[in-house]
Amino acid sequence: MTQSVVVQVGQCGNQVGCRFWDLALREHAAVNKKGIYDEALSSFFRNVDTRSGDNGPDIYKGKIRSLKARALLIDMEEGVVNEILQGPLRDVFDSKQLITDVSGSGNNWAVGHKIYGSQYRENIVEKLRKTAEHCDCLQCFFIIHSMGGGTGSGLGTFVLNLLEEEFPEVYRFVTSVYPSGEDDVITSPYNSVLAMKELNEHADCVLPVENESLFEIVNKIHQMINSGKLGSTVKQNSLVTSSAGSAKTLQEKPFDAMNNIVANLLLNLTSSARFEGSLNMDLNEISMNLVPFPRLHYLVSSLTPLYTLADVNVPSRRLDQMFSDAFSRDHQLIQADPKHSLYLACALLVRGNVQVSDLRRNIERLKPSLHFVSWNQEGWKTGLCSVPPVGHSHSLLALANNTCVKPTFMELKDRFMKLYKKKAHLHHYLQIDGMEQSCFSEAISSLSDLIEEYNELDATKDGPRIDPSRLKIAV
Amino acid sequence: MSIVTVQLGQCGNQIGHEVFSTLCSDIRGTHGLCSKKENESYQDSCKERFFCEEESGAPVARAVLVDMEPKVISQTLSMAASSGHWKYSSHSHFCQQQGSGNNWANGYSVHGPRHKEAILNLVQKEAEKCERLGGFFTTMSVAGGTGSGLGAFVSQCLRDAFPTSFILNHVVWPYGTGEVIVQNYNSVLTLSHLYHSSDALLVHENDVIHKICARLMNIKQISFRDVNQVIAHQLGSVFQPTHTAGGGSGYSRNPLGDLLEPLVPHPELRMLGLRNIPQMPQSSLAYSTFSWPGLIKHLRQILIANAHMEEGIDWQVRPPQAGSSIPSTNKPLHFNTSIANLVILRGKDVHSVDLGSFQDPSLYTSWLNPRDAFNAWKTPRAFNKYEKSAALVSNSQFLLKPLDSIVGKAWNMFASKAYLHQYTKFGIQEEDFLDCFTTLEQVISSYTNL
Repeated sequence: MTQSVVVQVGQCGNQVGCRFWDLALREHAAVNKKGIYDEALSSFFRNVDTRSGDNGPDIYKGKIRSLKARALLIDMEEGVVNEILQGPLRDVFDSKQLITDVSGSGNNWAVGHKIYGSQYRENIVEKLRKTAEHCDCLQCFFIIHSMGGGTGSGLGTFVLNLLEEEFPEVYRFVTSVYPSGEDDVITSPYNSVLAMKELNEHADCVLPVENESLFEIVNKIHQMINSGKLGSTVKQNSLVTSSAGSAKTLQEKPFDAMNNIVANLLLNLTSSARFEGSLNMDLNEISMNLVPFPRLHYLVSSLTPLYTLADVNVPSRRLDQMFSDAFSRDHQLIQADPKHSLYLACALLVRGNVQVSDLRRNIERLKPSLHFVSWNQEGWKTGLCSVPPVGHSHSLLALANNTCVKPTFMELKDRFMKLYKKKAHLHHYLQIDGMEQSCFSEAISSLSDLIEEYNELDATKDGPRIDPSRLKIAV
Repeated sequence: MSIVTVQLGQCGNQIGHEVFSTLCSDIRGTHGLCSKKENESYQDSCKERFFCEEESGAPVARAVLVDMEPKVISQTLSMAASSGHWKYSSHSHFCQQQGSGNNWANGYSVHGPRHKEAILNLVQKEAEKCERLGGFFTTMSVAGGTGSGLGAFVSQCLRDAFPTSFILNHVVWPYGTGEVIVQNYNSVLTLSHLYHSSDALLVHENDVIHKICARLMNIKQISFRDVNQVIAHQLGSVFQPTHTAGGGSGYSRNPLGDLLEPLVPHPELRMLGLRNIPQMPQSSLAYSTFSWPGLIKHLRQILIANAHMEEGIDWQVRPPQAGSSIPSTNKPLHFNTSIANLVILRGKDVHSVDLGSFQDPSLYTSWLNPRDAFNAWKTPRAFNKYEKSAALVSNSQFLLKPLDSIVGKAWNMFASKAYLHQYTKFGIQEEDFLDCFTTLEQVISSYTNL
């Protein structure tokens, strides 16, 4: 069994991360009735005997004493991290896992990346090493951050770089929250594009998320509940947005529902690595199957179902609906429509009481309406995990390497160019030590190249299918 | 003689468990339909072949379990132990933490050399427990990373360490519409490597078994466990003790040798397919009766028409006219030409069965005498509660189309260079791929021109 470490950077990263740890505890509590520290728990938590203080030894088997998250919390302002430490999750983190400062990064990528980067480099490396030492077999780093600000974006990508240098064998999965068009941070296009270059070059897989999509999903759920159209009531703790039953007892803040969706994404992504199933899908398999060319590692994700009705019997029709929803536009976590673009590869990770025949039936059913690239017509990676998420009898996570990310990147590029042509706000960046004009031009050219790669693939979409001729063997 | 089983990867371990389970429940059953003496002899022979007795009395499977991550092995060990009737030895498994990530190169070039000694030690220990070692039976899938990559490496090591032993590789081909995206690459790499080190490949295809589950076994929500149980039943019907043709009154003492020697006369042609008849849900067995002529007729047509099961057989397909000398290139395209066949009959009245129809020369290629090309084993002891059952192990064009399809898809992907960076980073280069494609195109060509 392998371990993963979560590195949450910046305000958004820490808020999402906090929801993740909350839901992870809830999930394991539901499965692990006996309170024994097992391998599934050890993938994200350490078991520490804290009777002798925070520096107690790790306990590898036996009863759960005190669970500590395998996490690093980084923020250049104290507000968010302090709140976490005063909240119900305070015992899950110890002081050695935090790196904070006071003044923040002023929504400036350069401040986060160059200034705080070099200032905190040693501190970060040391803490990462410590966390890695506690792992028997570290497989993956999960970075959670937003792209539009200064800390998450700048310092977050600095940490990404660092991880590649210091731990080259460990996978780097990045969950990035992209800014929307009406983002109130004016410089978010600069920050995002500068961060994109780092993601292009140093991440193994990126799971982009857009606030607009999360917001729409939350609204959809509220509408369904309030409209009274549903015959039976919705099971409360089955909402993909809810934290009912978790440790948090305070009032839910507006972003909580949205952040819960992203937290659930990470939980489902790692479920097959933690729990058993008839067809396991580990994190290294996700990277292997979904990344055909090194730079094309952006995966569009969708989670279904969004809620469960209280009936116990789930006719297979509803199961099939779950599969159909996974491919619909309104379930994607970014503003994209994979059905009308080109698939390079697709992964389906099913949890719960679903068998291989259900999976096959739905793949056969949905395949005709999807466009797959010519050299990967059967490009499906599937996983079956027996343990469903809390409150559901089954669930599905779909990860698509699809050219529908292209519009997101193109819009980002447009917003960047609007500012850049006028040189608006550039001085805030260029006055930072280590920042030059070339940083900007390289970043935008990296993004343009990426868009071009997607364009080339799209061009093959409706063309004639010519299979290359096979090797000829002398008879 | 004893057979040591090596279970590789998730699929190999899951199937291996079902096979031992089936073998054990078969010998414990009282539906032998034969004399008590015969039944006891059968049980003893099966136990010697597949299990060793431990002091505690419960039979211990002669098996080595290998996987690069722990979940499946630990599940397999505990399922066996909780059955109460048999178990695995607690010292015969090897596992790591990380898995192979569906990457053949990782399994073959990294895990293989790294863990070779430990794995071979375990195999050696199992081999030493056998009074007479009859050979090795490995089981794995070709689609993933461990079974396929590490499996190919281990198979090669077995060949080097035991140059005179028989090695039969049981391989499972994945569903055509994808379980793993790079499954075609992994399949091509595995099959070409195994071709050089094993004596024969015994192939099961998930698509085919799935159809059997759906149509014959009436299972509504088919799980991998169902698929594996059908595979286990088919394997059991081949490997449970039998009387071979010249074997005298006892059960065969050389199961793998007796199987492989007649079926693999030519080194280029070593892919074996398996068919079994009848197959139905256990609950229907009590209400069904069969006649041998009917079973044999269906089995023969399954062979000729390349059918997968006793339903949906194309009865229009006929062998070319006997007596006329039609060159092999003119044989009707959907007719399945055989090199060699083995039919294994078990149950009531086996000795009265007439298998002359299988000796028809028109079924076979011209370069082997049909008397040598066809063999039959008959055993009065019934298998797995089936009053009468027949298995066909065939070296024929059964697997030609599916193999061609796998190679075609892999080539298509290779031409676009997709995913190659995942393999090159572990040391498998484009030239290695080309060598493997060449090997398999050669195999395809050999089978096409029968």
